[in-house]
Amino acid sequence: MTTTDMPRPVDADPGRVVSKKRPRRAGGGGLRRAVPATTLLWIMACLYGLPVLWFILSSLKPASDLFSYPLTVIPHHPTLSGYLTAWRSANFSQYFINTTIVCVITTILTVGVSCCTGYALAKYDNKWLKVFFICILATTMLPSEVMLAPEFLVVRNLGLYNSFAGIILPAVLTATGCFMFRQFFLTVPDELVEAARIDGARELAIFLRIMVPLSRPIMLTLAILSFQWRWNDYIWPLLMLNDPDKFTVQIGIQSIVGAQNINWSVLLGASVISMIPLIVIFLVFQRYVMSADINAGLKD
Amino acid sequence: MTKRASDVSASPPRRRSSYTLAPLVLIAANVVLFALFFVWPAVIGLVYSFTNYTGVGAFQFVGLDNYHNLFGDSTFYDALTRTLLYAVLFVPLNFALSLLAANLVVNKHAKGASVARVVFFIPWLLSPIVVGVLWRWLFGENFGLVNYVIEKLGGGAVPWQSNADLSLLVVVFAASWAWTGFTMLLFIAAIKNVPVSYYEAASLDGAGPWRQFISITLPSIAPTSFIVILLNTINAMKEYPVFVALNNGGPGTSNNLLVQYIYETGFKRGQIGYASAASFVLMLILMAVAIIQLIVNRRVENR
Repeated sequence: MTTTDMPRPVDADPGRVVSKKRPRRAGGGGLRRAVPATTLLWIMACLYGLPVLWFILSSLKPASDLFSYPLTVIPHHPTLSGYLTAWRSANFSQYFINTTIVCVITTILTVGVSCCTGYALAKYDNKWLKVFFICILATTMLPSEVMLAPEFLVVRNLGLYNSFAGIILPAVLTATGCFMFRQFFLTVPDELVEAARIDGARELAIFLRIMVPLSRPIMLTLAILSFQWRWNDYIWPLLMLNDPDKFTVQIGIQSIVGAQNINWSVLLGASVISMIPLIVIFLVFQRYVMSADINAGLKD
Repeated sequence: MTKRASDVSASPPRRRSSYTLAPLVLIAANVVLFALFFVWPAVIGLVYSFTNYTGVGAFQFVGLDNYHNLFGDSTFYDALTRTLLYAVLFVPLNFALSLLAANLVVNKHAKGASVARVVFFIPWLLSPIVVGVLWRWLFGENFGLVNYVIEKLGGGAVPWQSNADLSLLVVVFAASWAWTGFTMLLFIAAIKNVPVSYYEAASLDGAGPWRQFISITLPSIAPTSFIVILLNTINAMKEYPVFVALNNGGPGTSNNLLVQYIYETGFKRGQIGYASAASFVLMLILMAVAIIQLIVNRRVENR
């Protein structure tokens, strides 16, 4: 868990002055304050958790029980048939492989390219670097959804229509990624670079040998974010891909929703399967997301 | 790379160097990507918005006809007002929920905050499509859990799907729910950066938690609040997948937002020129939002 970042006292107890450490037992009026705060926190957590829980529990019900009244919270006859049907039918396993390929390649490229750009923006001072910084800033105002048609034509003219490259390449440049690395490299002392230069290291060697290893935590954070973005992308793959063998998971799920009669059993199974990779990645690496000062990437 | 260390060591106080080749190599990939996937589409998009291009074959310049038609097109107006309404509902709701969640999570009196934080964050991991499916499942008119509970409690079934406004409201709830985790992280980072001494001084002066929140926390996190509002406004203006999965822009076409409108005119009806014009209107709105934000932000910071 994220034990590294202690909750900071928001409403410090008037009776207890300047104790920087987190009190294990809330003394004095602590209990009086703990009850409302904890209650409110958990009511809200329940509101956020219950939809997901209900969704997952429903997906374990057999198709015949899904709509049988009265609705039951716990499935009487838990089954994985929805998952199995979803996985076997409708090419879902193929979609899964496609999405994984796209996500992994895009994430690697995004992390690499953002690291290079972020370093250049942080450690070199040039007029045109500043211009490029503003250009990247502008891309946050111009998401690809805004330029769907022209961007589609560009990618088509590049001969990338109906290929994974057509989904991967336009997604590699992300402002958040560049800013996260820039912000990180700004915190690395310039003396480190100067010392390496005095020792005769070449510029790119300084970057590759010293800076890249230093930035490993940021790489992981961005990798998780990027994987999430690409795994969940919908509209761009939908436009780019024509061949059902190349569809991604999100398109697959939407094609089940878009059907005349929704097969809820398969839909629930497919949706839950599609959630699993991200939730597993998140639970394993959560401290890289939770403790990350993501603000740093977006500010400035 | 071009200059060796000896040049640099001559002037140690210089904090950054003025090398040109190394940074150029480092940003080359992103410059190419920027040119290909931002500059090029933006330029041809602007050009096509003055033509009757259909995606294939020849096209003619039609001047401002596309823009002229756009402003006479009631479908476009409906999409535009619906999008603005969605943004007006979504941005404040998400802001309030995320701020509440962040404050509860950093509150030292709240037990189990680290677990709750994970619970708040998990919806953000779900794709917009799955979020749509999930809320469609919850708010189904005949089969959803919500209507079931309402009927059990003695109420009548609420037309979550067939009433356009309720349908929009469900999407607002769904999107706010899904985005809380990420926005909450931004707020947590900001709240943690507020110096503890402010709160200590305030509590010595007898300020209660609510007073401290209004007088210390809110002003201190103002820059983050502006970023959150800006990002969420952009997100709201380009929303599409949640709608498509939840109600497919329905009932009917009542909840078709701008991106869906652009998608349908551009790709289903092949009116690339016309869709490009609509894209540019959306772009101008986003730029206006960004500029207003910057001005307000600067004014507040200079106060």
